[in-house]
Amino acid sequence: MIEIRDVTKSYGSNAVVDRVSMTLPAGGLTSIIGPNGAGKSTLLSIVSRLMPMDEGQVVIDGLDVSRTAGDVLARRLSIMRQDNHITARLSVRDLVAFGRYPYSKGRLTAVDVEHIERSIAYVGLQAFEHRFLDELSGGQRQRAFIAMVLCQDTDYMLFDEPLNNLDMKHAVETMKLLRRLADDFAKTVVVVLHDINFASAYSDRIVAMRGGKLAFEGAPKDMIEPSRLQAIFDVDCRVHAVGEKRLVNYFE
Amino acid sequence: MKPLLIAIPVILLLAVISVLTGVGSLASGLGGDGRGWLLIVESRVPRTLALMLAGTGLAVAGTIMQMLARNRFVEPSTAGTAESAALGMLLTMIFAPALPVAAKMAVAALTALAGTALFLKILRQIPLRSVLMVPLVGIMLGGVISAITTFVAYRYDMMQSMGAWISGDFSGVLRGRYELLWIALVLTLIAYVTAARFTVIGMGEEIARNVGLDYNKVVTLGLGIVSMVTATVVATVGMVPFLGLIVPNVISLVVGDNLRRTLPLIAATGAGLVLACDIVGRVIIAPYEIPVGTVMGVIGSVVFLYLLLSRRAHAG
Repeated sequence: MIEIRDVTKSYGSNAVVDRVSMTLPAGGLTSIIGPNGAGKSTLLSIVSRLMPMDEGQVVIDGLDVSRTAGDVLARRLSIMRQDNHITARLSVRDLVAFGRYPYSKGRLTAVDVEHIERSIAYVGLQAFEHRFLDELSGGQRQRAFIAMVLCQDTDYMLFDEPLNNLDMKHAVETMKLLRRLADDFAKTVVVVLHDINFASAYSDRIVAMRGGKLAFEGAPKDMIEPSRLQAIFDVDCRVHAVGEKRLVNYFE
Repeated sequence: MKPLLIAIPVILLLAVISVLTGVGSLASGLGGDGRGWLLIVESRVPRTLALMLAGTGLAVAGTIMQMLARNRFVEPSTAGTAESAALGMLLTMIFAPALPVAAKMAVAALTALAGTALFLKILRQIPLRSVLMVPLVGIMLGGVISAITTFVAYRYDMMQSMGAWISGDFSGVLRGRYELLWIALVLTLIAYVTAARFTVIGMGEEIARNVGLDYNKVVTLGLGIVSMVTATVVATVGMVPFLGLIVPNVISLVVGDNLRRTLPLIAATGAGLVLACDIVGRVIIAPYEIPVGTVMGVIGSVVFLYLLLSRRAHAG
């Protein structure tokens, strides 16, 4: 369980995250949605201790994020940021292997190697495992970073806009992969998403932010609803039920 | 490991050539009055060892700097490190000339540390839109520090000592005057043991923190290694520019950046390149010498330009 209590982060007088409190239960896939500048990515960075908060507290399974040692937390929670431009020239396998760093500190054991191979196979990059990252396509590189997070094998996995710059096919594959992390491995997956229909179709829960504050939270069937979407995004839209899914049409 | 198996015999061969190259004749003395042996033990072997130690240390220091700054074009001579070390040496010569060389070197290591930390701090302050901005900032910072050093040296009539630190020259290396360079080897070994951490740092602060690395601690360790290596080299034989830039870049292109695997190869290649440049400098205008810093400067700037121009192709 991730408990976020009164978390605030300001730049000057501008509060990017403004006294946000929420509880993300263990298990399942939670999407965080909201317009640009709502504070979604900032909140994710704070939860994963990449960014310090000005006020408040984040507790993950009883561990206070700002007080827990970095390597202890690294075995509980991992995050994939949206901008993964790395200077170091590494092969896919090397990159994924560094997901084991919290456990092995760079000296891989047989268990680590097993994790590495399983993670690479899971994202379907076996044929590319000895390629350097700068020799891959955007979609393949994205999958390599997901494999690294997978290899870190934490209970909580956070993804900051993982669908950015992916085409339709790769976006769908990535979402299915994240869905399987929750279903097959009982991971708690938290994803910042821009595409409302992906959030609608793949989430167990949706959290909506606006202006640095928590706006709404709930199951997709409650959240994907014209008046709420209007309140979150300032956009008129229609919601269509297709089978069990609710699709949002905001093109008219 | 295969490239390393090729590199080691090449380096041994270069080392033998280095011992056999010079103005003094070995042929006359080896069996007779022992002057040949004296030459070998007092001058040729120390010079060869000094070359290999400095080459190893600078190549590894360059690699670590590139990981810390997350930029391919950074090394001690393009980040203000070498210039800061020279300033430290100058200050000790003026204010505490009686200090032993090791103590002077320690002061130089501290100023090198301060200069490099300042460089990293500046990098954090300015928005970097281009990879090339980073070495430009470093070279400008080095220029400013160097100007201060020159001004002070001029006032105290120490321009000549300064020249010795800035431009690498191994012709004066004798037994008893290069041994501080072994510190560079110790530092290289420390870098090897902690190599995985520097690879993680090269993946960026966020990924480093995500896998639980204490970012500031590793940066401090890296800065410490870089500063001390640079200070030992500056204090004993003078700075060899570009070495820390060429070697890591070439090795990175060939075998990548997983330092646990590549650092031995980087160290070996650094030793080999300095040996080769020094031999060239000793041969082309024999019986005179061209300092290794000059030879490396010529070769290095050509390779540097090549790397700059081919960068776009690799960035995709």
